[in-house]
Amino acid sequence: MDPLEIARWQFGITTVYHFMMVPLTLGLGLVVAILHTMWVRTGHEKWLRLTKFWGKLYLVNFIMGVATGIVQEFQFGMAWSEYSRFVGDVFGAPLAMEGLLAFFVESTFLGLWIFGWNRLPKKVHLATLWLAVIGSWISAYFILAANSWMQHPVGIELVDGRPVLTDIWAVLTNNTVLAAFPHTIAGAIAVAGGFLLGIAWYQLWRRRKDGIDTVDADGRVIVGEAADIPGRDTADHRVWITSLRLGAVVAIVGFGAVAITGDIQGKLMYEQQPLKMAAAEAACHTGTSFSVLSVGKLGAQDCSEVVPVIEIPGVLSFLAKGDFTTEMPGLNDLIPQYQELYGTHLPDSELYGERAGSEIEYMPNLEVTYWGFRIMIGFGAIAAFAAAVALWLTRKGTVPLSKPLMQLAVFGILAPFGANAAGWIFTEMGRQPFVVAPNPNPSGVDGVFMFTAAAVSPGVDGWEIVFSLVSLGLVYLVLMVVEVMLLARFVRAGIAGVMPERFHDDDADGPDGDAGSRDDVLAFAY
Amino acid sequence: MDALPVVWFVAIAVLWGGYILLEGFDLGVGMHMLFSARDEKQRRVMLNAIGPVWDGNEVWLLTAGAGTFAAFPLWYASLFSTLYIPLTLVLLGLIFRAVAIEYRGKIVGQRWTRFWDWAIGLGSLVAAFGIGAGLALTTTGLPIDANGDRVGGPFVWLTPTAVLGGLALVGFCLVHGATFLALKTDGPVRERMGRLVPRLAPIALLPIAGWAVLVEVQGGDPVSWTVLVLAVVAVVLAWIAAAKRREGWAFTGFAAFGALGAASIFAAVFPVVLPSTIDPAYDLTIWNASSAEYTLTVMTIVTAFALPVVLGYQAWSYWVFRKRVAPEHLPAAHDAVPAIRRDVAARTR
Ligand code: HDD
Ligand code: HEM
Ligand code: HEM
Repeated sequence: MDPLEIARWQFGITTVYHFMMVPLTLGLGLVVAILHTMWVRTGHEKWLRLTKFWGKLYLVNFIMGVATGIVQEFQFGMAWSEYSRFVGDVFGAPLAMEGLLAFFVESTFLGLWIFGWNRLPKKVHLATLWLAVIGSWISAYFILAANSWMQHPVGIELVDGRPVLTDIWAVLTNNTVLAAFPHTIAGAIAVAGGFLLGIAWYQLWRRRKDGIDTVDADGRVIVGEAADIPGRDTADHRVWITSLRLGAVVAIVGFGAVAITGDIQGKLMYEQQPLKMAAAEAACHTGTSFSVLSVGKLGAQDCSEVVPVIEIPGVLSFLAKGDFTTEMPGLNDLIPQYQELYGTHLPDSELYGERAGSEIEYMPNLEVTYWGFRIMIGFGAIAAFAAAVALWLTRKGTVPLSKPLMQLAVFGILAPFGANAAGWIFTEMGRQPFVVAPNPNPSGVDGVFMFTAAAVSPGVDGWEIVFSLVSLGLVYLVLMVVEVMLLARFVRAGIAGVMPERFHDDDADGPDGDAGSRDDVLAFAY
Repeated sequence: MDALPVVWFVAIAVLWGGYILLEGFDLGVGMHMLFSARDEKQRRVMLNAIGPVWDGNEVWLLTAGAGTFAAFPLWYASLFSTLYIPLTLVLLGLIFRAVAIEYRGKIVGQRWTRFWDWAIGLGSLVAAFGIGAGLALTTTGLPIDANGDRVGGPFVWLTPTAVLGGLALVGFCLVHGATFLALKTDGPVRERMGRLVPRLAPIALLPIAGWAVLVEVQGGDPVSWTVLVLAVVAVVLAWIAAAKRREGWAFTGFAAFGALGAASIFAAVFPVVLPSTIDPAYDLTIWNASSAEYTLTVMTIVTAFALPVVLGYQAWSYWVFRKRVAPEHLPAAHDAVPAIRRDVAARTR
């Protein structure tokens, strides 16, 4: 069994999975911190409910990010030992800093926030949440700095063919990470926006369906109350309409920021990894046109079979250079350039295993890069458009009583997640066949690169990796179901589900006696 | 002699030691939840005793791993790839355990809680065993070639030493966890654990003593032997304190034993970080496995600044949650009932 192929699948699957939780943590964390701040500042019940509800969903998701993150930390050594040896001098440092400066902050203060209700002074309690959220953003920064170094190696010199760190500051302020970080954070914010929007839509729809809220002849909401359902009071309506409109605004802002930062990334990518840019466009021939649609056998990895269907002249140049006329090199010109610089065949060394001496395939997988790029932008744009429509549809205070529309809003939660995943798959697969990409331009340290084929652990058997791929894959699948099920359960329970102490006065005959009314009782407990 | 690799050897030892001391009791509590608790109430008391702090404790593991990567990349690469299968199991254990702690109380129901109890208990057991085995092997050696790669197939690590190390950490976690519960809870759990510790300790701590002696015989020097003797003194005092139900002293004593025991083992293997059982010439040492001086300098500065701060706020969080957890402190468990007319009607009918 070929360890390389399996190891790549294994890494891709586990990382993309990790990155399903991460953007929600990054984005929703910020939202919850803002809601909590509003509560502390105004003392208004609405903000407390918002904090408790979204905070609960945040925690349900957070733990999955932690659990899958541990795998990430160990994987480099387990499956990519040659890679770890090659880059260890540079790459381990940001990872260790992430632990020391971010993970500790994040996990310790989140523990304080969860259990600190009614125990810490209000403002201190609020500060613990902010610290946890800032910790998660710092962690994102360090890991992206590590990843950006693989796209654009800086701050090093080559000693005996190995990169040796000479300037940590250069690694931490790599222009690639300065662009990738805001882009990733903006993508995370878009995710949080869609999440708020979809769930709040469901809640408002439920209130209408159950006949609690009605509309007058103008379509204006008449807020009602259901005495028989815990938590379904008038304040409940305000909670959801605030969530919905906040979510829509957040999603639109997130998309705007993603577009601006993505444009910066595109220009850097053209400079640093021209081959990836060309692959993203399936641009075989040199020119200025942006392909809106190309058909043909992209998978055939053969430029003669790719036929551009719709092209907009000038746009590709604009994406890469900011003008409409610069000719962008296509794959047909770039590949010979790479062959000249980095060879036509892999070195005949045992590190390359059975691939030693074989021809190098410089063209990244066109299908994946081309469509990955379009799905990322497309899903993001659709979500932002939908958010704008949602703002308009809810201007009279509630949602339409249409079930398909509600289902669309809930289903739409997935779009920004999909855009994020597509973005990463594009970034990482577009870098192939390198794991550390060379930058043929003078701006980078040229000559520092590593072929993915040389990175995998030489001593590890293919089927060992199959074992971890299958076991982790199954566990991830099950846990995904469990997480979604739990999230759905709390969503259906609404506010009463996250503030039982306030809405259930039946504690006296509960299994735990009259504990609810005593003040030494924990406000939160597992 | 270059000082930085030595500094980093000590730093890695401190990170692993910190992990064993802190997450040691979390893992032990996880196992006790499955094996020693009598009813749901006791399990909840146990879980809430570690509730606010367990995640922060687990980061010591991540930092020990990433610190090894940064400071000794060759050690990280060889050890982790050689132990591919056991580490996968450790990861599975840690995943289940983490998710279980958070999800267990989210739904009220026998089958649900029972399932996650098993996830916490077994997850803790597997993680402790695997990490103990891995640490023992890095002190006694693995079959690695000149490049640091494993020779001899996926199961070469499965040796008596690995089993000894695994049992050593499991045993230590059980004792440490029970002592922690006696110190941090009130009511029946405190009582049970108080009685359990003095009976459990003499058996459960045997494997760790065996491992320490093994390493000492292999490469001990006067310093490491002295530390080992101190560890033995600490454990005897801890045992006496436990028998007298002096919970604070017992906890301090067993913690000191863990720290000194780890220190003696690390001191005995110094400067070899991963011996090769094929040829001593292939041994990974702090000299041939470390990063270059610049990287080590950077990491030293960052750590010197960050570690005291981390210790500060972690200590603060322990202070905030210093009260014992007693059954009457726990709020009633509540299920999340759908706020939907149809469902509420069905419920009340
Ligand atoms: C909600 C998610 C989302 C949305 C709507 C977009 N992106 Fe994106 N994009 C990501 C989420 C993302 C990401 C997951 O965050 C990536 C993967 C790696 C990275 O740094 O960010 C990414 C990577 C990425 C890269 C690759 C950088 C590299 O390989 O070095 C480029 C050029 C862009 N994006 C550009 C854009 C543009 C021009 C967009 C729309 C106008 C856009 N992205 C929308
Ligand atoms: C969290 C977001 C990330 C996602 C979704 C992601 C995705 C992927 C995918 C899909 C692959 C497989 C590529 C292929 O098979 O061609 C891959 C490979 C890889 N990525 Fe990333 N990646 C992410 C972040 C990172 C980061 C932060 C690093 C480094 C710090 C990294 C390092 C690697 C390595 C070492 C490989 C293996 C070699 C390879 O097959 O390219 N990735 N990643
Ligand atoms: C492949 C490289 C990656 C590694 C080695 C890695 C490592 C980890 C680890 C060990 C954790 C658990 C921390 C804890 O226990 O608290 C974690 C969680 C996290 N990671 Fe990743 N990660 C990777 C990719 C990424 C990327 C690309 C981002 C952001 C852009 C990211 C952001 C986060 C955040 C914010 C958390 C904390 C929140 C959560 O747990 O959901 N990670 N990661």
